Amino acid sequence: MSDLRLAWRKSLNGVMLTLTGVAAFSVVAVLFLVLGYLIWNGGTSLNLDFFTQLPKGEGETGGGMANAIVGSLKLLALAAVIGLPVGLLAGVYLAEFGGKTFSFLTRYTTDLLNGAPSIVIGLFAFSVAVLPLKHFSVLAGGVALGVMVIPITVRSTEEFLRAVPNSLREGAMALGANKWKTIATVIVPAASGGIITGMLLALARVAGETAPLLFTAFGNQYWNTSWSQPISSLPVMIYTYALAPYDDWHRQAWAGGLVLLALVLIANVGCRLVLNRRGANRSA
Amino acid sequence: MSTATSTIDRAVPPQAGPRAFVHRLRHGDEVAHLITLVFAATILLITSVMVYELWVRSDITRAKFGFAFFFTSVWDPVAEQFGAAPFIFGTLVTSILALVIAVPLGLAAAVFLAELAPRNISDTTAFLIDLLAAIPSVIYGLLGIFVVVPLMRKPIGPFLKATLGHVPLIGTLFQGPNYGVGLLTASIVLAIMIVPFIISVSREVLLTVPREQREAALGLGATRWEATWKVVVPWARTGIMGSVFLALARALGETMAVTMVIGNNPIIASSLFSPGYSIAAVIANEFAEASGDAHRSALMELGLVLFLITFILNGCARLLIVATERGGGGRPA
Amino acid sequence: MKRTLLVVSLLLCVATIVVAQSTLINATGATFPAPIYQKWFEAYHTAHSNVQINYQALGSGAGIAQLTAGTVDFGASDMPMSDDMLGKLKVKALHFPTVIGAVVPTYNIPDVSTELKFTQKALAGIYLGTITKWNDPEIANANSGVKLPGDDIVVVHRSDGSGTSFIFTDFLSKVSPDWKSKVGAAASPNWPTGLGGKGNDGVMGLVKQTPDSIGYVELIYALSQKIPYGAVQNSDGKFLKADLAGVTEAAAGAAKTMPDDFRVSITNAPGAGAYPISSFTWLLIPVQIPDAAKRDAIKGFLNWMLADGQNMNESLSYAKLPAAVVAKEKKQIAMIQ
Repeated sequence: MSDLRLAWRKSLNGVMLTLTGVAAFSVVAVLFLVLGYLIWNGGTSLNLDFFTQLPKGEGETGGGMANAIVGSLKLLALAAVIGLPVGLLAGVYLAEFGGKTFSFLTRYTTDLLNGAPSIVIGLFAFSVAVLPLKHFSVLAGGVALGVMVIPITVRSTEEFLRAVPNSLREGAMALGANKWKTIATVIVPAASGGIITGMLLALARVAGETAPLLFTAFGNQYWNTSWSQPISSLPVMIYTYALAPYDDWHRQAWAGGLVLLALVLIANVGCRLVLNRRGANRSA
Repeated sequence: MSTATSTIDRAVPPQAGPRAFVHRLRHGDEVAHLITLVFAATILLITSVMVYELWVRSDITRAKFGFAFFFTSVWDPVAEQFGAAPFIFGTLVTSILALVIAVPLGLAAAVFLAELAPRNISDTTAFLIDLLAAIPSVIYGLLGIFVVVPLMRKPIGPFLKATLGHVPLIGTLFQGPNYGVGLLTASIVLAIMIVPFIISVSREVLLTVPREQREAALGLGATRWEATWKVVVPWARTGIMGSVFLALARALGETMAVTMVIGNNPIIASSLFSPGYSIAAVIANEFAEASGDAHRSALMELGLVLFLITFILNGCARLLIVATERGGGGRPA
Repeated sequence: MKRTLLVVSLLLCVATIVVAQSTLINATGATFPAPIYQKWFEAYHTAHSNVQINYQALGSGAGIAQLTAGTVDFGASDMPMSDDMLGKLKVKALHFPTVIGAVVPTYNIPDVSTELKFTQKALAGIYLGTITKWNDPEIANANSGVKLPGDDIVVVHRSDGSGTSFIFTDFLSKVSPDWKSKVGAAASPNWPTGLGGKGNDGVMGLVKQTPDSIGYVELIYALSQKIPYGAVQNSDGKFLKADLAGVTEAAAGAAKTMPDDFRVSITNAPGAGAYPISSFTWLLIPVQIPDAAKRDAIKGFLNWMLADGQNMNESLSYAKLPAAVVAKEKKQIAMIQ
């Protein structure tokens, strides 16, 4: 009897453990499938035209996404200008100053903002930056993306500042520096690697966001020339082209997807490798 | 005592009063504190303005429909009748179904990575899975339209219909016409998107389970699987629940991938093959053209509802994850 | 790293400075005429390089909504604005008809490549959800000789506020009392059944990818995708496939009796050769445009559109405006201050 039960338990053991391996393998396989599909479908469509030409009208073949790529970069630049300083300084506050209740409130609302659906942030940017100015604009898109950058930056800045060993702080104070000098000249530079990678990761995250741009940046078939005018962006173009019936647009959507994914993955892989290496160095 | 114009920093500073304040000010600490405080307060300001705007701009429909907004299922911008029920239904069904698919898959993968795989394979694989989480939603949507939808049409849909469609009780879920787009397709795409979150948080939580627990179970004669399933996983139970909440919150707010594959039809149907609509998707589709104040107000109210739901879920998730880290896990067996 | 940053920022600056002198006009609206509009705007830009008209085709609903919100310089719609909508505008807007187009029922039935004939009852029934299978007698009787499968019909409509939807439901309301009472004519009707696609191109995309589906799109979309589209029964009982002659005849009566504000419906027009689901489509231009450069550019475009622009219509299967209408519109341009 107990032999039978043992045999059952052993075989269950084998089966379940294999299943977990299968699960892990299939999840990783999805990643490679995604990459594979994009490279296969988008790779052949990537040509010089794609990077240098403006989009053509409905149903016409040819053209490219040059203005969308530049547009995304511009939006990111604005998001960085709006979101990164707020994130950095708020992170400094939480790590170095910080009263009890105010810190708690700040962390709580940062989490809240982080969890807010991107479409809701788009609604907010519309109310705040489009309606009053009576214009869809780069500014409104930048505000939406900037707001999304803030919570990610706050969290990573705080984390890396806290990781700086106290010995550095104490050493600086022993030499007579006051608090802000310590922070500015010792602690932040010590954590700078981590903080910068955190910022880059935040930007990589919002680079792919589409929903908040739908009714803020609007879209532009030409080159954008002013912060208060609409602008095209890569994710919105991919979305528009994917839904259309034109094969040429589908081809361009794949190419755009590949470019976007490449940018996001390069940023992520690069940053994480840097972080891992620093983590390893620190503990070594 | 030195006067206010003294430049000797190392002299003993005044203890209290306005001169002390000016002294601290000159030394910059107070200023730095103030500046960083202001920026931290900006976050509070932004969030409050967000909630305020959503609240104020949804006042028309809040006043007109009250709580009935959540239970009516007619969405007719022309007649200005707005009911959120189909969108809440679509959002909940796709998110919960996504969890049903993603949690076993994610937990199994996390168990493999935490318990069975050698450390370097586990780290590399976890790294790769984190990359999945970084892929933008519109790209998942792209793959949804061109890969998952045709697959759903043939062979997955007919297969499910032929097998699960005949099982009593859940059979009705798999009947009816199969368009390729629909609730099930959206759930599958969502599941792929949230699995990395479940894996990465669960794996970290499982790694914090003390070795003694595992070894004690093995010492008592348990098989590897039994030790994992009956001792280690329950110990990490609260943290794993936290990861599930996080994944759920992410799924609820997902816009682009969902709107590209859900069919965009505001109905409540009993079949998973039927098209549906989610809160985020309808806002994305209809906001640019909402010209009536009531229409815009209804969409803003939907946004408010979504925000509140994700707010509550994120709060629960944080509490659970913190509870695990602090308390060292679940109750002892 | 530093050099790439420098190059990128230089490129951004160049991109910003290069076209700094142009007038950018933002517009949004219907997808029904989007192919011809984009061709027009491109041609006009080539002829007048300092004018850029940025048209985002988001649907007639968006055109009206954003015009009302004041976030675009002009709108475009296949649905004339009702008095209610006009009342909400802060600055009065004028309707300028641009082209006449046709809405066609396009379908994707495996193994059926011939042209189907749709009776008025058939179209109403399909979209009401009362006719559910392709081999329903209402469809089969009009198409003897075609083997129709017994599959379920997948109905596709618009998910966004659409002038094309308005045209189609306007037609259905005129020919089906059932439709009129249950749903009515609107840009965002309460569709009894079906999948939603975004824009004319979204509907076309769904129909193309979904077997056994039927959708309604503007003629050029079906033509360019080489997807079969059916003939529709008109008020005289004849089955007509959409073409320039049918659309022009549908508009002929209205051309004679065109009201001053140009708001008119020509669906189900009388006449043996009139295509029943035809319509004008309008540009919605504010009567006061404070920015002088924009005002001149828009007025210049409108004049061009009524002359050279009209010559491009037929290449994309849109009918030209009748001469009487063109003359009337030229007078209306003077009203823009």
